[in-house]
Amino acid sequence: MPEYTVIHEKARSFYDLYERKAELQHQTHYCPGCGHGIVHKLVAEAIDELGIQDRTILVTPVGCSVFGYYYFDVGNVQAAHGRASAVACAVKRALPESVVLSYQGDGDLAAIGTAEILHAANRGENITVIFVNNAIYAMTGGQMAPTTLLGQSSTTTPSGRNEWNEGYPLHVCELLAALEAPVYLERVALGNNKQIMGAARAVRRAIGNQVKSLGFSLVEILSPCPTIWRKDPVEAQHWVRDEMAKVFPLGVFRDRGTEAGARPAAAPPPALDEVPRLLGIVNGSRLMTDRGGATVDWRIKVAGFGGQGVLMLGEVLAEAGLDAGMEVSWLPSYGPEMRSGTSNCHVRLAAAPIDSPLVSRPNVLLALNQPSLEKFLPTVEPGGWVFYNGQTPPRNGVRADVRVIGRPFTQVGDELGDARAGNMVMLGALLEATGLLPDEAVEGALKRVVKSERWLELDRRALARGRAAVREGSLP
Amino acid sequence: MEKPDRGMVRLSAEECKGCGLCVEACPPKVLRLADGLNRSGYHPVCYLNRGCTGCGICFYACPEPGAIVVLRVAA
Amino acid sequence: MKQLIKGNEAIVKSAILAGCRAFYGYPITPASEIAEAAALYLPRAGGVFLQAESEVAAINMLYGAAAAGVRALTASSGPGISLMQEGISYLAGAELPCVIADIMRGGPGLGNIAPEQGDYNQVVKGGGHGNYRTLVLAPDSVQEMADLTRLAFDLADEYRNPVVVLADGYTGQMMEPVEFPAAAMLPRRPAWAVDGTAATRRNLITSIYLEPDQLEAHVRKLETKYRRAEQQAVRFESHRTEDAEIVLVGYGIVARILKAVVEQARAQGLAVGLLRPITLYPFPAAELRRLSRQALAFLVVEMSTGQMVEDVRLALEGRRPVEFYGRCGGNVPSAEEILRWVRERADHYWPAFAPEEMADA
Repeated sequence: MPEYTVIHEKARSFYDLYERKAELQHQTHYCPGCGHGIVHKLVAEAIDELGIQDRTILVTPVGCSVFGYYYFDVGNVQAAHGRASAVACAVKRALPESVVLSYQGDGDLAAIGTAEILHAANRGENITVIFVNNAIYAMTGGQMAPTTLLGQSSTTTPSGRNEWNEGYPLHVCELLAALEAPVYLERVALGNNKQIMGAARAVRRAIGNQVKSLGFSLVEILSPCPTIWRKDPVEAQHWVRDEMAKVFPLGVFRDRGTEAGARPAAAPPPALDEVPRLLGIVNGSRLMTDRGGATVDWRIKVAGFGGQGVLMLGEVLAEAGLDAGMEVSWLPSYGPEMRSGTSNCHVRLAAAPIDSPLVSRPNVLLALNQPSLEKFLPTVEPGGWVFYNGQTPPRNGVRADVRVIGRPFTQVGDELGDARAGNMVMLGALLEATGLLPDEAVEGALKRVVKSERWLELDRRALARGRAAVREGSLP
Repeated sequence: MEKPDRGMVRLSAEECKGCGLCVEACPPKVLRLADGLNRSGYHPVCYLNRGCTGCGICFYACPEPGAIVVLRVAA
Repeated sequence: MKQLIKGNEAIVKSAILAGCRAFYGYPITPASEIAEAAALYLPRAGGVFLQAESEVAAINMLYGAAAAGVRALTASSGPGISLMQEGISYLAGAELPCVIADIMRGGPGLGNIAPEQGDYNQVVKGGGHGNYRTLVLAPDSVQEMADLTRLAFDLADEYRNPVVVLADGYTGQMMEPVEFPAAAMLPRRPAWAVDGTAATRRNLITSIYLEPDQLEAHVRKLETKYRRAEQQAVRFESHRTEDAEIVLVGYGIVARILKAVVEQARAQGLAVGLLRPITLYPFPAAELRRLSRQALAFLVVEMSTGQMVEDVRLALEGRRPVEFYGRCGGNVPSAEEILRWVRERADHYWPAFAPEEMADA
């Protein structure tokens, strides 16, 4: 008796016993002659050959292969229907050293998960997709798949798939080959011995590409489903070769495996104690002046057209209030109002903690245009301040019980160099009239809010001009 | 004494589901489905005990991970 | 040192300080600043930012990142949260932690982008399929956007469950001073994660339990966690409730307005207080029942047609009258209109309750 050595046996990447399976733990749950078992063997063998068992994470789909984790002795993540490639992308990005396989069927990948596979491929995610195409929804009992052949009957195409009702079989490799990013796309089949060996090479290649960090690889495997097709396993194998492969031509649709360089590795993360600084979180203490009196409670509404610097005016007020040691809040209008051209914000500056950041009864109204004046004047608290952008308020913009200061602030800004500086002219007037905030707080705020030197200079002049306008009782 | 076969297969009758793909695939046609049933109710594959070339084709044709082990004469 | 910052931005900075290293999301007003800030800051911190092809993809990417043991964040608003519900159910089923910020806007359908609180039911009651809950935190200030985001990550890990930070458009868009923790943290990868190493090779992340007994056991296990959260995770703020005869109930930005209402009502001699649920699930039901021993009525205000009010009623089990005032469509009730309603209800229940000066006011 000569000595024999084992040349092909169960891959190490399979569990010896399928303990996660409830019963019959010595065999798979797949039907006799099912292509999944063969694909599993090809994948497991490739994992063994590449020596990546510990690093491999298998993402299984919804479909017959949902229980891939019964068999593969690798890290396992089970995903929602159609989302395996999205899950795989995030696993890979979280763990760049891992090898992530997204194992998906035709319903999962080519129907409900079309967006996910297309975009994973288009981003060139460094994952490997094993796409098992058996032209049918098998697990749910034989409904039409996006890859069901024309004329092929299924429980939802009882008279056969009709292109006028269900459209044509979807060609995933051809579709993805229209994208720039994928490095490897091949369609193989399990229709005979030779085809199976070709599939083995393609699977190994697709996984190897990821190990080399080349990018997105997908192997589409035409695979038999004898049970749903109602064929015996051998007939089903022939049908793959003779019928499916006619509709889905085998071949390489993209191969940049040789020319593609490895994807750039992510930069190493910063030291943890660097993170607050990188987030712009400032340490140290603020300039703190007095709180402006224990009872101070400024409820300011700023309103005008978009582009007049309404939000920025409010932001300077809030920032300065913070420097002045006050409690502050700033609440913008956003949304349709903003988009249709008007804008307003609510600013509160107070000694006590601020309850509502909404200002429904302002004691200061900064109205940069006439509609804002008309809209908000009735809400101003008696004794409050109203700053209006114009010499004389309109007739319905007059109230005897509030203090109104009207100046052509925008025009003054324009004379200074830019009409948009009108907001700071108005702020200057407000500060001069009310003494609401100390100068140094406003200056500090301006420096934080305004990034450009040119604007900083202009805004400072605008503030001064606004102050002068009030001090001198008329426009200079 | 005849020349010994180059190859040999070890078959797991209990893991086998009797699909017959290996029988179809085997080039020297030395596999067949047994007349009897295994515990799962399938006719499992069996080896004719002669003529295996150790080509390994049955291994790849078989959907069950551990149903077939292929051996070859040590070089 | 406090800095003036938008609520949406505060979520991101706080998340990164809490060790979040993955953001997957899809733009939507009024939550987009969260994605934008994540795009800016996460790569700096060595994290992943990706604008996904849809909310559906985004939530499943969160599933992947969480499975890999990374603290992960997404953000959206009503329509996007609706799309994420399937994925949230999977996350809860697979016991994966993650944090989801929902910056609510007006609905249903496209609705509008103005602030509303119409997502309460879809977020607090589970939202997706199956027997699960999400823990829900409701910040009412920018400081809380930061603080509760950090807490959300801790709770998510503790309970291995998605946690939602539920805020409205205003809380996301407004700026207030925030004090961030001085130091950043980065928790270890949990032992259950699948992280591509020999040590975790046998780990499995899944939500499928084929056998009814298995699934029932799993669901009971989830249920036990939720019961524990109901015992241990409830948070609320009580404001002047100690002697309150009328207790206002509101969360988020509404609670800020209600604080102003309480002050104004007190100034008019009404014994009004505020209970602000901070955790919407688990809901502060026990505190409501405790308050019902002394309070005569509960007045609930929401920016919706009445969603949380149902939980208030369930908590009180008919012990006291519960009334509701809501605005929706993006309208935010003013303190003045709420105060008018509170006085009207007070007059209705207790004509003698209204003090003299009220009649004159």
